[in-house]
Parts: sequence; C-alpha cells; structure tokens
Amino acid sequence: MTTDKEKTTSLDDLFGDFAELVLENVTIELDELKLSLRPMVQQMARAAARPALEMPKSLIPASFATPLGEYTQSIQEITLGATKGQGGSRANTVTIGGHTAPAWDLFQAPPKHTPIIAADVFDMPISLAKAVKTHYKEVLDDPAAWAKLVVDKFGADVVTLHLISTDRQLGDTSPNDAAKTIEEVLQAVKVPILIGSAGDPEKDGPVLAKAAEVCEGERTLLCSATVDVFEEIAVAAKKHDQIVLSWTSIDINQQKELNRRLFEWLTPEQIVIDPTTAALGYGLEYAFTIMQRMRLAGLLGDEELRFPISSGTTNAWAAREAWLKNPELGPRELRGPIWESVTALALLLAGNDLFMMMHPAAIKTLHDLVDWMKERHTVKPEEYPDWTTITIPEGT
Amino acid sequence: MAKLPGPLEIYPLLPGTNCQDCGEANCMAFATKMAEHTVKLKACTPLFEEAPYAKKLEKLQELVRPPVREVVIGTGEFAASIGGKLVLYRHDLRYSNPTAFFIDIPDNLEADAFAARVKAIEDWTYVYIGTNLRLDGIALRGVSQDPKTFATAAKKLTQLTKWPIMLCSLNPEMLATAANAIADKRPLLYAATLDTWAEVGEIATKHNLPLVAYAPGSLDNLSSLVNTLRALGVQDIVLDPGTVSKTGLGTTVDDFTQIRRSSIIEENELLGYPTLATPIATWADHREGEAPELTKWNEVLTASALIVRYADLVVLHSLDMWTNLPITFLRSNLYTDPVKPVAVEPGVMEFGDVGPDAPVMYTTNFALTYFTVESDIKQAGVDAYLVVVDTEGMSVQSAVAGRKLTADKVAETLEEYKVADKVNHKILISPGMAARISGETEESSGWTVKVGPQDSSGIGKYLQEGKWKEE
Repeated sequence: MTTDKEKTTSLDDLFGDFAELVLENVTIELDELKLSLRPMVQQMARAAARPALEMPKSLIPASFATPLGEYTQSIQEITLGATKGQGGSRANTVTIGGHTAPAWDLFQAPPKHTPIIAADVFDMPISLAKAVKTHYKEVLDDPAAWAKLVVDKFGADVVTLHLISTDRQLGDTSPNDAAKTIEEVLQAVKVPILIGSAGDPEKDGPVLAKAAEVCEGERTLLCSATVDVFEEIAVAAKKHDQIVLSWTSIDINQQKELNRRLFEWLTPEQIVIDPTTAALGYGLEYAFTIMQRMRLAGLLGDEELRFPISSGTTNAWAAREAWLKNPELGPRELRGPIWESVTALALLLAGNDLFMMMHPAAIKTLHDLVDWMKERHTVKPEEYPDWTTITIPEGT
Repeated sequence: MAKLPGPLEIYPLLPGTNCQDCGEANCMAFATKMAEHTVKLKACTPLFEEAPYAKKLEKLQELVRPPVREVVIGTGEFAASIGGKLVLYRHDLRYSNPTAFFIDIPDNLEADAFAARVKAIEDWTYVYIGTNLRLDGIALRGVSQDPKTFATAAKKLTQLTKWPIMLCSLNPEMLATAANAIADKRPLLYAATLDTWAEVGEIATKHNLPLVAYAPGSLDNLSSLVNTLRALGVQDIVLDPGTVSKTGLGTTVDDFTQIRRSSIIEENELLGYPTLATPIATWADHREGEAPELTKWNEVLTASALIVRYADLVVLHSLDMWTNLPITFLRSNLYTDPVKPVAVEPGVMEFGDVGPDAPVMYTTNFALTYFTVESDIKQAGVDAYLVVVDTEGMSVQSAVAGRKLTADKVAETLEEYKVADKVNHKILISPGMAARISGETEESSGWTVKVGPQDSSGIGKYLQEGKWKEE
C-alpha cells in the first residue's frame, strides 16, 4: 500500500513514457487542485485541460514583412588617394562610407561602398608574432619592398606606412627622414597610401605635418589626431587637403568632442573615425559596440558621428591565444590568422569600413567575406544541403 | 526596442505574501528586479507550486514574455536555455542566454569511437577570465537513415551523457522512433519542414518536445510553417531559416537579421522564437582528400558571423582548440554585460610567501588583464606583490593610449596602498606595454621603474633572471 503523499510526490516521476497515459482521461480543475504539482506536470495538466485543437489539414499560410528601419542621414563618403588627373600620382582611388543602412542590413540597403583593407607597413624592423613574421622576413628593413609585397602578393587595397622610427625611443628619426621614406613608398606602389605616426606626443604633430606637405595632392589619410595631439595635424590637413583619422580610446563622447574640434579646420569629407580596436577575447566587445553605436547614431542624424570607421585590426595579435607556442591549443599558423580574421569579421558586422591588417590569410579571408556578403543571392531551398546525413571523415 | 514591463505592472501578479523564498526582501523588490531582468520568474516558487496562483502565473508569463521566447533543451543541471532575447543591440540592455554550441555525432559511429567523441565534446574546455569555457550540447545526426540505428544511438547517448541532445533527421520516422526512446530527456527535434510538418509536429506535441521549424530560402515559408506548427499545438519552436556559407553567407546573415529585427523591433510575435544556425553545413562542400583545415576555417567564419547575428544555437562539427577558441571567446565577449565595466578592485595583491625582498609589479584593473597576470604569476610559482591600478577597466595598452594609465595614477596607487611600507626596496616592475610612461613614473613616484615583459607569460622567466634587482 502506498499513501496519498507518496502518490502525489511520485506523480512527476512518472512523467515521460507514462505521463500521457496518466493524464489522458483526467479532467483537472486547476483551482480545486490541492496537490502540489511541480512545473512540468503542471504544464502537462494545463495542456490536457485545454480544449482539443482542430488539426490543420494543410499548411496555414503566413507572410513575412521586411522589417525596414527609418534613417535620416547617410554616412559620409570619403575618397582616399588621387589620380594624375586629380592632382595626385595614384593609379586609382578608393571610396569608403556613404551607407544609408545599418551594417549589412542588405534587406534595407547594401553597403554603398564595400569595406577595404590597408596592409600595415613599418619603416623599421619591428617585433612580430612568428606566424606573421614568416611572411615579412624578406622585407622588414625595406618599406618600399614591403609595400610592394602587400599590394602585389597579398592584395591589399591600400597601404598604411607607419613611421614608427620617428619615436624618440625607437630611433628619433626626423620628419625629413620620414618624408624620404614616404617618397620611396609612393614610388613603389600605385595604390593610395595612408600615413601613420609613431604615437609619440612630441613627434606626431611635426611628422604628420611634414607628411601632409610631402603628399600634397595625394589625398592621404593622416593617422592619427588624438585628444592630445590634433591641432598641428588638422592645420596641415587643411592646408594640403588631406584626410585625418580621428582616433579616440573606446569612448563615444571623446570621439564626438575630438570631431567637434577638428570641424574648426576640416570639412566632413576629411574625417575618418577610429574608436580603438581591442583583440578578440581582450575587449573586442567594446570596439564592437562602440562601432555599432556610432554607425547607428550617424544614420539617425548625429553630425559628429556620421563618418566611416577605421580599425587597427592587427591588434588582434595582442591576444596571447593568437601567438602562444602551445601544442595543446593547435597550430599557431592557423590560430593566429583565424584570430585576426574573426576579430575583423566581428567588426565588419559592427560597421567598420577600413581595416588595417597584417596576416595574408586574414587579409584574403576578409576580402572573401566582403565579397560573399555584399549582396543577397537567391539560394533555392534545394541548394541548402541536408547536413543531417552527410558523411564527415572521422578524425576531423 | 519593444516596451518591457515595469515593476508596477509585475507586482499585482505576484503572490504578495512577501515570503522571501526568492531571496528578496519582499514581492515589490522581486518585481523591481524582474523589470531589470536581474532575476528570473521561476525564482518565485509559490507561483509555480501553489494552485491558486495558476491564473496569475499565466498572466505574468504572458506579461514578461520576452519578444524572443525562451526554449529549454534537455533536463537537469546541464539543460540549455536558448533565446529569451530582449534587445537587438547589446548596448540597449545586454544579451541573455549565450549562443549554445551543439557538436555533432553521427548515429552510425562504432561504439568506442562514439563514446570517445562524446567524451571529447564534454571535455573541451579552456580557462578564460577565471571561468571554464565549454560547449553545451550534442547533436545526434541520423546518417544511417535507419530508424532503429538512430533510436539505439539516441538511447546510448543518454547513457553516456547528461548533456542536452538534439535529434537531427529530416525523416519523420527516424525522429518518431528516437523521440520515443529518449523523450524524457527533452531533446530538441530537428526538424519539421514544409513537407513533414504534420508528422513531425505530432511527435513534438505527443512528447511535449521543442521542435525546429526548418524552411530554408524563404521567410514567408518559415512564417507559414511556424503558423501551422502552432495550430498543431507545438509550443516550443526554434527557427532555422537555413545556413549557407561562402557566397550564400550574405543571404544567411540577412535572413537571421531580418528575423530578429522583426521580432524585437516590429514585435512580430509569429517569429518570436530562438534561431538555429548550422555552420556544420560547410562540411557538405568538403571533398575527399581535401585539407579539412579549409572546411574548418570556413565553419569558424560562418559560426562567427551568426554568433554576432543572433543565432541562439549553432550546430558545429569541429572540436579543435584553434577552431573553437575564437568562437567561444567571441560568444563570451558579446554576451558580457556592456554596462558593467569588466573590472576588478584596485589594490595590492600578494602571491606566494611575500617578504620585504619580494618584487613589486603593477598592472591594470581590467578583469581580463588582471586574471591573465594572476594566472601567469601563479603558474610561475613566484612570490610577488601585484599593484592593481584603477584604469576604469581598460587593458594596459588601451589605458596608456587613452591616458587612463598615467605616471600620476601609478604614483597615487603606490601611495594609497602604502606599498613602500611592505618592502625594503623601491623598485617597481612595469608592464612591457607601459614602457612609454616609465620615465614619468620614476619622476612622479620616486620609485625606480624596470620595464617587465610585453606579455605576462614572460613574468616567471623575467623574475628568475633577477635583472629587476640590478642597479
């Protein structure tokens, strides 16, 4: 004999193969139910108490309405580089921005201009993760050859020449030395080039001012103006008609403030913004969210944030998981570039326009991704593979 | 973003007894936290257990039902909750229920290999910010096309693991047999299609199981399928609009985005269900003799794109560290609460048996930086002080660039926590990434600054070499 108590507490243990049998012929008035039922049983009881549904005989059609948004402003278009006819010496120009919809909302509008990749070139040998260095070891002390390599072999759209040797702690080379390197790189490649300073607050102003002068007519991007160093750069950009990268430190208000200050000298055609990129696993979400917010704010009418966005995606390599020599984590020849690729992909989806990158496999991957994502292709139902039955080789 | 209910709407539907079973002081406090989404309704146990509250419960569930419903797969402590999404953008609130990662296993794998793969799935882990990153579930694929083999494998799977299971076959007979065998484990059924909705829908209602509605290539078709399954009485639905990689990736990302945008912004209740993506489909393009790394690479990209774009569950094949580290990290990053800075308390930490000779290092209070440095110091087994400087939760490199880590701030922190009283020297080891401010730090603090390694994995070696003590 079992007591009532035992019966009630074991009721939900019967749930499973037998529960339906138990409840099938029982009418339960919920209000009168004195038993303490656990949630699963209670759900069953309710389902049983509900009137029987009339079973549909055929598909009940429903339609889907495209969830269009309303945006009041487009992102600024910025053209980098200038051809001979335009007063420069480049074979082509590239244009970024111009968007009228959140990033990759193809149903609303495809990207006006697809994002581009700038490969990093340094003006002196630097320490690099082994998986990256392998691809650059022949050119580490020759910026011109380096630039040629990234354009001819790795397919970079543009080149960023980082003048890090001007740093007082890394060689303290002069603005005139920098000018010479710029000339060499301009000779070596025909794509637009961008100029990066060393991040030395004393030197960045004079170096970028000199770069603006040397690149007269080329419409280069001066990287970067910061809240600490901006006036000298903005003045030079105005004088020589260059573009300025407005670089802030994951702070949307700081970005607005710096842009306001730049407006004193620059027109909207001369500003690209960079909220700082942190690596996958090491703060990527800050960059992701700030880019997403900036793009939306720009589309919704914020005059101070309606600019194309740039990312120092090479920062992905700051994640130790990208380069650590540890067999348990798998080959770093794959781990490194996939780290840079996934960092880039997340920011691509957030709305980034200009990617500064290094690993050739990551550069190729991002180009592929942009190509795959830039428009909707009709995929017929039968073209979706039935993955439930495919044979995947064992051990993969 | 859809309107979310406030505490005054929630409160009248609670028991009002202030029983404190939920851990809150009273029902109003619980209602407030419900509105902030910091507690879950199920914490109010009387609502679920006491019959007189049944009507209130039903109303409350309706009221607080997120625009994307929550679906639970599996039972017990390993059950996976997916969906339950409130917002389109993480900056609006925060994402709930991180994307669940289900790894496949074919039903025709021989016994040892079958058990080994289950174990490999369960054992996959990596320590990140003080927690273990893990996978979430197992997707049993009906490769055999034989209902009996499929059901036997399903049963076998439940004996090997407590993890949530997804039964994957487009053949209704396969699903019926396997569902019969393991219905009590609450597996997710994959899938009902435009052709099989009647049979598969019936299996789901019969066993009260969650069911995937799979209608690739058309959101109209997917809407019709869901509409029909609901009419059949299927309650827990998961949406699969189809996943294609490479040239189809744009279409796939667009479909997932439209579904989520429609349910959250336009309050399209019909598609207010969790979504499922199948990066594993990249393996359909894999050709014999081809390097599997290429397919894996593509699988990672497809998964990453759909983790960003609203997939609540992804089905994967790859189990490598190099493939699954980036996607588990990405998930972790995107599902972090954007409002809370990921920071630890500033102060002075002691490691090992510290004495007056112990080295003094400093780092920032960004949680990830701190835990990485902490784990490296512990692993190196060295005795040391670690001064944690408040950089508002920024990493060393970003904090130096953003002037959140300055010489003055380091000096203030040394002063505030009286570090000079703890040791008999005045040598401070700075992170390699903060080399730029070392000169200024010497000036403002009066300590000698030695620049340590660029990455904290080099701390052990650096300290053993002993150069930091040299004049």
